[in-house]
This record gives sequence, structure tokens and C-alpha cells, in this order.
Amino acid sequence: MATDHIDVRYVAGLARLELTDAECETFQPQLDAILKYAETLGSLDVDGIEPTAHPVPVYDVMREDKPGQSLPVEAVLANAPDQAQGQIRVPKVIAEA
Amino acid sequence: MALPTLVSLRRQLTAGEISSADLIDGLTSSIESRNPEIGAYLSHEADAAREAAEKVDLSLPLGGVPIGIKDNINVLGQPCTCASRYLEKGYRSPYEATVIQRLRAAGAIPFGRLNLDEFAMGSSTENSALGKTVNPHDPERIPGGSSGGSAAAVAADLAYAALGSDTGGSIRQPASHCGVVGLKPSYGRVSRYGLVAFASSLDQIGPLTRSVEDAALMLQVIAGHDTADSTSLDVEVPDYLSDLHKGVDGMKLGLPKEYFGEGIDPAVRECVERSIKRLEDAGAEIIDISLPHTEFAVATYYIIAPAEASSNLARFDGIRYGHRNKETDDLLDLYKRSREEGFGPEVKRRILLGTYVLSSGYYDAYYSRAQKVRTLIRKDFEDAFTKVDAIVSPVAPTPARKFGENSEDPLQEYLSDIYTIAANLAGICAVSVPAGTVTSDSGSELPVGLQILGPHLGESSLLRIAKAAELD
Repeated sequence: MATDHIDVRYVAGLARLELTDAECETFQPQLDAILKYAETLGSLDVDGIEPTAHPVPVYDVMREDKPGQSLPVEAVLANAPDQAQGQIRVPKVIAEA
Repeated sequence: MALPTLVSLRRQLTAGEISSADLIDGLTSSIESRNPEIGAYLSHEADAAREAAEKVDLSLPLGGVPIGIKDNINVLGQPCTCASRYLEKGYRSPYEATVIQRLRAAGAIPFGRLNLDEFAMGSSTENSALGKTVNPHDPERIPGGSSGGSAAAVAADLAYAALGSDTGGSIRQPASHCGVVGLKPSYGRVSRYGLVAFASSLDQIGPLTRSVEDAALMLQVIAGHDTADSTSLDVEVPDYLSDLHKGVDGMKLGLPKEYFGEGIDPAVRECVERSIKRLEDAGAEIIDISLPHTEFAVATYYIIAPAEASSNLARFDGIRYGHRNKETDDLLDLYKRSREEGFGPEVKRRILLGTYVLSSGYYDAYYSRAQKVRTLIRKDFEDAFTKVDAIVSPVAPTPARKFGENSEDPLQEYLSDIYTIAANLAGICAVSVPAGTVTSDSGSELPVGLQILGPHLGESSLLRIAKAAELD
């Protein structure tokens, strides 16, 4: 199918995972083995087969466009790791000029 | 002392022989004395449950009955750790899952949070970051997973019944290993609103119980359409109890040759075959069938499930809830470190695998191809169900294994899911019913389950067959 080795460090970056060097070393052969096993799917002819994203034929479910109750702000903020003035506090996202 | 079934417990409650508050007190004292050795519960809050018990309406179908809840289903005001360090501290559910709302509307009391593999990823409950659950039949062995806490609690008389979730066998396999009944309803039958999502095209919530009748009773309560889950089906819920005792005379049961081949423990095979023989003796016709794409199910599943998981678990970013690394003032670093510290190795493995198969250049080779093979697997079942009413098979190739056996070899562990994952890929319903026990080399008696697979929304006849297969 695709490749011999997964670039664990690169994929970890895409997945927003820090990963230690030891973890990369452990995961490398394990993920390689799993992906190698997954190559068995390459032996099947899937030309013209529709993909299944979802096992039942339900599509584009819309709700009525009516305003409803949302969760109370206090209840939601109670779970935030850091909060101030009724909002979740995060590190600065815009660099100083 | 062995706990009664829900059905007989309800009789005692309505006759006034016992009160709901007594049940909560009884469970609390059993949990306090025996949970340290079993490890089924991660937490329990007796006061809230006792308060609910004082106000129950005994006329309701589950009036007064405490039900244990897998710790990935949100119950208002309670923890929902998913057995993860990420959610261990401080998280309290600000809302209630639909299944919990339905349990309460039926008079039941959600009581206790049951252990699982972290985010339901695993088949042994060894991937819990928050505690070890043992098999009540042999403490050297795993309870199965991911709903290992749910199965062990019911088997160890620490819960009357429990809810679990099943993405690739996570209700049926621990039910089989612990000797209880475990039902995975059809995709769309039960709302997942409030279940912490693992793989959204596969996840279903279902009951783990001491009898088939109890499973039917629980399904009756939790099934049905919910506007909060767009995948839940707007289809009438039949009466699952009315046909339950009608037996299997004249029913056709398929025996898939691929499920009895290489890799199955001969003692497990014998046990399952005895159970099938009993169904035959009860009047069922056993027909040899083939599910030709069975050998591709594990590979298909371990592409699709991690892909969906990598996307679903992106919400755990250290911002809105759960663990946050506070040693950085860089946003990207905050995400990466919070996730690194919060997730255990199996969760990281699956996120990496899922991210990889969805990444540019590999999407077609892995994910897209797996979705097409999924169609072939679905079609195998559609074809089979034109010939038979249900399919019978083992749940797992072996009885409960010892702790640690596959800890360095995740692929070997994944391969043990071979008999259960196809049902999730196809969206059909399936149940594990105790079939007997096999003797381990250390002399313990290990339960083995019979799996019955039915067509989509075919729970009524599925449960009827399960009832006929049930041991006295």
C-alpha cells in the first residue's frame, strides 16, 4: 500500500501530541506492525464499491429552527481549567506588534 | 449473597419487602467491603442516590432500581472520567445523557461510576488510567473490556444491572468473560447523546444484566428516537418482552464457518457448540453459512475506529474542561502538553493511527479503502439474513486471559476482537449470553459466552433466541 515506516514525530505534531522520545521509540514498531497488517485490505478489489461512512441510511437530519435552552454559563465554566469575567481564559493568541 | 434479577427485584420492591433506599444502602456497603478487591467502581455517591431513592415511583417499569453506569456516560453533577487522567480531576457533567434521562423517567436510579479502558479503547480494562478491575471468577485475569467495570460489577453482585457502551465488542466481550448478559443494540436504536464519543459510526449504548429478560427490560426503557442524536432512528420501539418466551422452534440460525476456524480455543469452541446444540434441540434449524469478508474485519475496524477517534478526541485540548498544562503561555504548546499529560498510551496510539490514515497522501490507501471494505462486510450480513433469522458464534476466541499478556503487542490484542467488531461495522444488533464455563490451567472456572447476531433493528427475535439459549 503506502509506506514502510510511519513518521511518528510528524504525525504526533498533526495530532497535537507532544510525545517523549521514549514514546516515539515504543510506538514506531507497534504502529508499523498495525499498518502492515492493514495492508491485507489491498488484496481486495474494491472498484465500484460505495464506501460506508455510516451503517444506516439517515442523512441531513435537520431540527426545527426554534430557540431552546442552552446549558447555564456557570455550569459550563465550572469545568474550565481557567476562567475570568464569565469567560474561559487562554494564553494570548495574537502576537504583540 | 447473590443479587436477584431486575424482574424479581421489582417484585420485591412492589410487594414492599424491601425499599429502594435499602438497595442503595446494601450496594454501598458491598462496594465499600468488596470493591477494593474487584475494582469495578471508580466512584459512587450514596447521598444523591439515597435522596433519589426516597422519591421513586414504584409503579414505573424500573421504579426504585439502582443501575451502575459506565464512566463515559454523563450523569448530571457526577464525574465522567472516561478512566482518563485528562478528566480525572474536577470534571462534573453539566448535563445528562438521554439514556440516563430515560432511566430516571422509568424510575431507575443511576448509581456508581464503572471502570473502563480509557475512553473505551481496549478489550481488557487494563487501559484504565484510574484503577485495575479484576475478573470476579479469577482475580489473576482480565474482566474484558472496555465495559469491564460494568461486567465485573454485575458478575460480582456489586450491581443489579449496568449500562455499557460497545464500539467493537465492548459490551459483549466483557459480558462473555464475566458470565453475564451483554446486549449491543442496532446502530440508531439507542441515543448516544451524552456518551463521550469514541467512534461515532460504531458506538452504541447497551445493558449488561444477569438475565436476558432484564436486558429486554432495560432496552425497552433506553431505546427510541431522540432529536439530540441525529443518528437515532425515528422508528417505533416494539414490546421486547411480549415475544421473549416464544422459543426458537422453526427459526433458522446461521453458523458462519469463518467464526469457528483457526485461532479459537478448542474448549471455547466446544462450549459454544453445546449451546448451539441446545438451540437445535429446542427446535431451531442450524444452517451453515459464510461471511466471506470476516478476515478483513479487524483491519477495517482498526482504520475506521482510530480515524473517528482522532477526530472526536480533538475536543480534549486543555481549553474548556479537563487537564491543562499551565507551564506554557504558548497556545500550541498548551494543546500538545495537555494532551500528552492527559492521555495514556493506548489512546495516543489510536490517535496517531487515526491521524495517519486520514492524513494527506494516505487517506485513499487506508481510510477510503476501509470504508469500501466495510460495505462488503455489511453486505455479507445482508446476504446471510436473507437465509437465516440470526447468526450464532463465539464472542471471543479464548476465555479471559491473564493480565499483561498483550501489553507489548497491541496488534495481537486487536486480533482478539475478531468475532465482535463486524457487528459494529455492519450496524446490526448482537448479544452475548452465558454458554457455560471452561476450566483454566490454574483450576478456575472461566465463563464463555455465546454470541447471537441479528439483523438491523431485529432485537425482538435476537432476545427471544438469547432467552432460549439461556442456562437455567
